Amino acid sequence: MGNNFWIAIADALRGWMGGFMPPVGVDVVMAFLRAIVLAVFGLLMFMVLTWIERKGIARFQDRLGPNKAGPYGLLQPIADGVKAITKEDITPANADRFVYNIAPILAAMGSLLVYAVVPFGQGMIGVDLDIGIFYILVVGSLGPLAVLISGWSSSNKYALLGAFRGVAQLISYEVPQILSVVTVIMIAGTMSMIGIVDKQVASTWFIVPLPLSALILLLSGMAEAGRGPFDLLEADSEIVAGYHIEYSGMKFAMFFLGEYVHAFAVSAVFSTLFLGGWQLPFFNVDNTIPWIGPLVILVKSLFIFWVMVWIRATFPRLRIDHLLNFNWKFLVPLSLLNVAVVALLDRLLSSAGYGAVDNTTVWTLVLLAANLAMLFGALWLMGRRGRRARQVDQVVEERPAAVEYAHAESVH
Amino acid sequence: MLESYSFIGVFIVVAAGIASAPLLLAWLLRPSKPNPIKSSVYECGIETYGDAWVQFKAQYYVYALVFVLFDVETVFLFPWALVYNQLPLFAVIEMLIFILILAGALIYAWRKGDLEWV
Repeated sequence: MGNNFWIAIADALRGWMGGFMPPVGVDVVMAFLRAIVLAVFGLLMFMVLTWIERKGIARFQDRLGPNKAGPYGLLQPIADGVKAITKEDITPANADRFVYNIAPILAAMGSLLVYAVVPFGQGMIGVDLDIGIFYILVVGSLGPLAVLISGWSSSNKYALLGAFRGVAQLISYEVPQILSVVTVIMIAGTMSMIGIVDKQVASTWFIVPLPLSALILLLSGMAEAGRGPFDLLEADSEIVAGYHIEYSGMKFAMFFLGEYVHAFAVSAVFSTLFLGGWQLPFFNVDNTIPWIGPLVILVKSLFIFWVMVWIRATFPRLRIDHLLNFNWKFLVPLSLLNVAVVALLDRLLSSAGYGAVDNTTVWTLVLLAANLAMLFGALWLMGRRGRRARQVDQVVEERPAAVEYAHAESVH
Repeated sequence: MLESYSFIGVFIVVAAGIASAPLLLAWLLRPSKPNPIKSSVYECGIETYGDAWVQFKAQYYVYALVFVLFDVETVFLFPWALVYNQLPLFAVIEMLIFILILAGALIYAWRKGDLEWV
């Protein structure tokens, strides 16, 4: 670990400050520096992500997207920032002012807090908490709070509608998110983010044996970030902009920032839990070039973010009852089944000598087969239910037409 | 141990600062010329009718209740999942029974019609 370039820089800084400061002061300053680097990284990623998203969506819709400000429109986020900062801020007359002003800060802060435990390399982490992944779930509950208080304090009906929809959606999708994380914790035997990556180095990327958990985490993470087909809390074409309709200028930009930072945090957590974090297979990243670890996790996270953009461009928005049904009647039972099956199979395989580390190939194949069987079984059940529901609809629709036909016959 | 959590405290301060700094900057730079029409509540261009703080559809509350049930119960899964690797088979099966009870709660709520959108 000592030969890592970034850690060497940190050590040099420590040594330099140790010359004129007590050790406690050095610790505090280093903690603040790390926090500032991570938070500023979040802000910078926000600018990159808005560009990627706008460019990507534009291409999907056969448009060019931003292309005036700078080469390929790369300076567009800066222009947007200047616009947001110099724009007049309008507060509705009968809004609850204090809560109204707190909400955008809370939205941005809640998303930024996730970065404290995302590992960018060996030792390159804000803090390696023992309960890292649990901390992410805990911090994630700030999101619904920001949505609810912003919608409620705006004293606008659209905002209220968006806030209620948003809270119903955000809290519902937390359940499959938690349950899909449980399987990873079970296999890894730790909640520390670095520990989970190390375990994947020892066995294999968890997306291979646990594709179902990965899929559920991605879907519920997208719903948690309020993106793609799950953007009911904003729904521009129904409730105009939902909970942040009354916000303008920089306050609106902070909600926007919160959403993108959250989406990237979901991608980064997904990459850490299922795609091996900053590590590559068959290749020890730690002792080679210093910037390769952060680069690897950045590329993985951007890929996952790109998948989110792709899904958003492909699927139409869900209706609120379909959204909640999809969660409670499909994702939650499926993730409960997933936890039970993975727990039983892994225990049986381990006691037979085919554990995750002892015999990775057999273990991976068995779990992969079980996961795929569960996924396709659930999809088949859902498809059968859907076909039956459609048949009932058809019968109901045909009856009046038949009566009319009989009536027409008797007249002639 | 305590040091790692104090970093979270530092990070909360820094994140709040980073989140409010642009707002402060905007507060210094932006124009401010409010008038009654500008600061009225937006509603399709017509004048706002009634108050927005109204009684609301109770269905959302039912979902919140079901969520609380599941959230509390899944928290019990975490300690079990953490020590799962050291558990004997019977402890795993015990937890499977717990998951079955969870599934039973879900089926109860489903049958009772609490998951239907009305």
